[in-house]
Amino acid sequence: MATQSNPALQDAPQAGRRDFLYIATAAVGAVGVAGAVWPLINQLNPDASVLALASIEFDLSGIATGQSVTIKWRGLPVFVRNRTPEEVAAALAVPMSDLKDPQTDQERTKAGHEQWLIMIANCTHLGCIPVGESGEFGGWACPCHGSQFDTAGRIRKGPAPTNLVVPPYEFISDTLVQIG
Amino acid sequence: MAHESSYVPGNFVEKWIDDRLPIIRWSKEHLMDYPTPKNLNYWWTFGAILAFMLAVQIITGIVLAMHYTPQIGLAFDSVEHIRRDVNGGRIIQSVHATGASMFFAAMYIHMFRGLYFGSYKAPREVIWILGVLLFVLVVTTAFMGYVLPWGQMSFWAATVITNIVGAIPVIGTPILELLRGGFAVDNATLNRFFSLHYLLPFVIAAVVALHIWALHVPGNNNPIGVEVKSSRETVPFHPYYTMKDLFAVVVFCIPFAWFAFFAPDILGHPDNYIMANSQVTPAHIVPEWYFLPFYAILRAIDFNILFIDSKLGGVIFFAGAILVLFVVPWLDTSKVRSGTFRPIFKWFFWLFIANFVFLTWLGSAPAEGIYVLLSKVATAYYFIYFLIVLPLLGRFETPRPLPTSISEAVLAKHESPVTAQPVTASH
Repeated sequence: MATQSNPALQDAPQAGRRDFLYIATAAVGAVGVAGAVWPLINQLNPDASVLALASIEFDLSGIATGQSVTIKWRGLPVFVRNRTPEEVAAALAVPMSDLKDPQTDQERTKAGHEQWLIMIANCTHLGCIPVGESGEFGGWACPCHGSQFDTAGRIRKGPAPTNLVVPPYEFISDTLVQIG
Repeated sequence: MAHESSYVPGNFVEKWIDDRLPIIRWSKEHLMDYPTPKNLNYWWTFGAILAFMLAVQIITGIVLAMHYTPQIGLAFDSVEHIRRDVNGGRIIQSVHATGASMFFAAMYIHMFRGLYFGSYKAPREVIWILGVLLFVLVVTTAFMGYVLPWGQMSFWAATVITNIVGAIPVIGTPILELLRGGFAVDNATLNRFFSLHYLLPFVIAAVVALHIWALHVPGNNNPIGVEVKSSRETVPFHPYYTMKDLFAVVVFCIPFAWFAFFAPDILGHPDNYIMANSQVTPAHIVPEWYFLPFYAILRAIDFNILFIDSKLGGVIFFAGAILVLFVVPWLDTSKVRSGTFRPIFKWFFWLFIANFVFLTWLGSAPAEGIYVLLSKVATAYYFIYFLIVLPLLGRFETPRPLPTSISEAVLAKHESPVTAQPVTASH
């Protein structure tokens, strides 16, 4: 090439200016490519139809004491349990020092509705659904990797790092709850 | 192996093509005349078996995609439709499903062959690294393929495995939602897994091409691990190894055919004949057998390590079990390639193989009682082998004397009863 055969050009002051042009062109090109790639990645994120289901209402009146139901919120299964007084008492009796992820029973329920335990049903380990009223602590036991939860859904034993997650929810009336 | 081609275009047409696209010259150099050590044993046929299996999976997969529907309401039924209604679909589907198992069986043997004969040592590190990359790609592809029938095991495998990503601090949850396309495994997840399951085999084929390209630079390793010294120690790839590989493929097809024709479900789980249900987890979820060793390692970490919780710890060991393979060429300090000449290495190697099989069994056992403890012991040995045994053994072990050449080793093997006569290697 002509530029290679002319050493004067390479040593000339223009070389710095030319380097700048190369870097500037490459930088603009990189930004352009990143801008084009982002929509292709972002399309993988939850879409509008998934996000539209962010909030649901659920009627509790049909659930007797000691009964659990599993409902669906944002595609996730959610446990709604009407706990027996013994289960509430057992949860309250646990000292904080026994817990891997310390949380009181009051922090996991709403004042005045302590019998209702509402939490996302996926084990915080790898997402399996624990089986209710089983395990050493009378709460939930995960069949996949052996995590055990107490009657407040708190992790007591096994690989799960945290308690079962309580979703944001509030009581609209005594029997109607809004999740999300 | 750098060598001049002996190809001479045979006629006017070949000459015309050779001047424009030297594809016949290339084929002759790399597929036919390629010089191959004359002492390769049957462990060396698994490369060809794997190439055959990749072709089988791609061809059956393309055909299955003509009848499969990647939609959560229809996917499960469409697989049943393939098995019951599509002409020959029962066999095509079972060849593809059991083909995955045969693929992994061949791949594990191929990898263990490399580990025993030191095929990863200089100058073949890049071949090994590309091979580990292929392993990761095949694992990913097989996992996504297993999700497609949308049975209970499909769904919960997808849930558990994608959740592994969620263990990464801070960015874990956003990445998890990005992977799934929702807050849980759902239709968006199934659709993208189908798309990627169709794409990745072609990526694998491309990396296989690089793997073979890298192989053809230094040439094959061989059972004694001593480099080829002259062209008299090699034979042309065709017909010597094309025929040997073909014979091995035929033998390999015997168990493959048995699985596909007579026992298509023997390696599967009955739960996968129940349609996916996001509300109920099967009582005992187990991955496919070829993932069990790594699954056992994932479950073995049920305790916190300093500030790392048990969940992230399990994921680190799980990923580490595969990532450690990438650096094996630099962990093994022994100058001797072949395990045949390493008396102490052999013991650790076969213990490693036994331990790997043991981990497979532990992965299928429930996560309770003695199994948890045994998983921890077996996981420890898996890492000790790579991180402690391989680096130290090279320093302390005295290898047996190596043959000076492939020819010497071959002759010693065949003429040892008549050592009284001087070997005249003149023929």
